Amino acid sequence: MKKGRTSPGFIRHIHPVSIPLKALELKSTWALGGISLILVMLLMGSGALMLFVYRPFPAYAYASVLELKNQYSFGQMIRNMHYFAANLLVVTVFAHMLRVFFTGGYQGQRRLNWIVGVYLFCCVLLSCFTGYLLPWDQTAYWAVTICINMFGYIPGGDILKGLFVNSHGVSEKTLQLFFTLHTTGIPSLMILFMGIHFWKIRKAKGVVTSGLNLLTEAEKPVMVKTNPHLLLREAVATLILVAFIMVLSFFFDAPLGDMANAGLSPNPAKAPWYFSGFQELLLHFHPFFAVFLIPFMLLCTLFYLPFIRFKHRDIQDEGVWFISSRGKKIAVAAVLFAMILASAFILVDEIVPDVQTWLPGVPVILSEGVIPFGLAALLVLLFHFWMKKQFRLSDAEAFQTSAVFLIITFMIFTLTCVWFRGEGMKLCFLGGCG
Amino acid sequence: MIDAGSSATYEPGTVTAFVAAQFYLVCLEDGGFLAMSGKCTHLGCAVPWDKDQQKFICPCHASEFDISGNVLSSPAPRALDLFEVTIVNKNILVNTGKRLERTRFKAGQPVFPEIVKNRNKQ
Ligand code: HEM
Ligand code: FES
Repeated sequence: MKKGRTSPGFIRHIHPVSIPLKALELKSTWALGGISLILVMLLMGSGALMLFVYRPFPAYAYASVLELKNQYSFGQMIRNMHYFAANLLVVTVFAHMLRVFFTGGYQGQRRLNWIVGVYLFCCVLLSCFTGYLLPWDQTAYWAVTICINMFGYIPGGDILKGLFVNSHGVSEKTLQLFFTLHTTGIPSLMILFMGIHFWKIRKAKGVVTSGLNLLTEAEKPVMVKTNPHLLLREAVATLILVAFIMVLSFFFDAPLGDMANAGLSPNPAKAPWYFSGFQELLLHFHPFFAVFLIPFMLLCTLFYLPFIRFKHRDIQDEGVWFISSRGKKIAVAAVLFAMILASAFILVDEIVPDVQTWLPGVPVILSEGVIPFGLAALLVLLFHFWMKKQFRLSDAEAFQTSAVFLIITFMIFTLTCVWFRGEGMKLCFLGGCG
Repeated sequence: MIDAGSSATYEPGTVTAFVAAQFYLVCLEDGGFLAMSGKCTHLGCAVPWDKDQQKFICPCHASEFDISGNVLSSPAPRALDLFEVTIVNKNILVNTGKRLERTRFKAGQPVFPEIVKNRNKQ
């Protein structure tokens, strides 16, 4: 080894020789991006192994998953690892996104990388969605049927829908397309985006860390060598994560229902948990709003976020959690507000009869869409401006407060759908959920 | 084309499921026939006929439809789709290739067997 070369060559393509000590602190990143990367690698490994057995045809898919389970040693284990890694990945990528948002890591030279991150997030969700169909069991078949039929409510959606289904609905056409996207299309895109993502992090001289921007030219941050300080941590994190997934996979099996049956929908037919928030929205709003307008607005906000110019926001608070200590306190308040208001909204909507019954003859798009959505939007705006005035928040703090409010609301919706919806999607509590 | 047999075998006010072809043959109280798609108009779940409650109840998001396919309870936006029915010599034929979307049930949708003149004599 040449003198001065401190880590193996290939690592130096990824990491710099030394990094600020501050970036190593757990609370700067919670290591969520790194954990996500390891999970993606686990997914690619376990997925590639399953390709030796899995057959993407409606008549054989379910049987091949059973075969994987019964006739190959560790076949079920590999499938479980794929399943748990995928589910965990949704959590870690989402949490990673929240981390970047709440530490202000989407500004300045990191703007473009936030956009790449949004693409990666979409890829993860699409991976999960396309993978979900592959076992071809009842849950898979009906969840995908419901999701694809949602296109029917989107302008131009019928054309999109036509790409995925034929006159029999979800069929061999859908399975082949999903399989190809799942095993080739989306992984290729992810590799591409991840490459750009990591390259951009280096270009920005590492992750956001509080205070580093304030140092003058003469002051130098405390630096440590990547090898061993960062590499060792990465190795330990990887081992713990892989061990964790393996233990989970050893003791718990990935679910597999009965084989898909086009004539019988299960009751309740629930979406996978990461789409449950939208399924809960569907119970309250016309599908045009629940599965098109609201997700579309969220996506636009995600893309637009780095380009918003907040008054009084400067680089001093980059890397500071929740902008300021006041921002942090108000965020906690927003969490409480959201928990109360969102639960109240769900309960009230369950008890109060539909607008439809008071105003018969009004088109559903108004009674189930514009009116309830308008009311909900009004509530959010009122909250935003009331908090802003009450606590004299800066624009950035007020935006963050409302974002917290909406994120927590969405989480409550998700949990409600997962835990408190029973037969016929009626509200139920603990014992009564069957 | 699916041959559903003789119209005389269906009692008025009954619903018969054709599972493989995914439709219901409904014989209304007045003897008119409807071939109704078994797919919920909300998001496409298979809707079972609940004989006790005399309704179609969707297991997915709880839409309800009456025997003629009209929406009794949202979120379904429109009545169950129809397939084309032709009755030739009391023999019912259903064309599942021809799907008719409708907002609600209207007179004129049901198809009646030809009036048999010497019915009383039978
Ligand atoms: C990039 C992230 C990926 C995610 C988030 C993901 C997610 C999923 C999910 C949620 C399932 C359904 C599992 C179940 O319900 O049991 C699945 C199945 C499957 N995936 Fe992936 N996957 C990813 C990458 C890959 C890759 C790269 C391959 C192949 C090269 C692959 C091959 C498969 C196969 C063959 C199945 C069907 C077997 C089964 O359902 O158990 N996956 N995936
Ligand atoms: S699919 Fe029937 S109510 Fe949603």
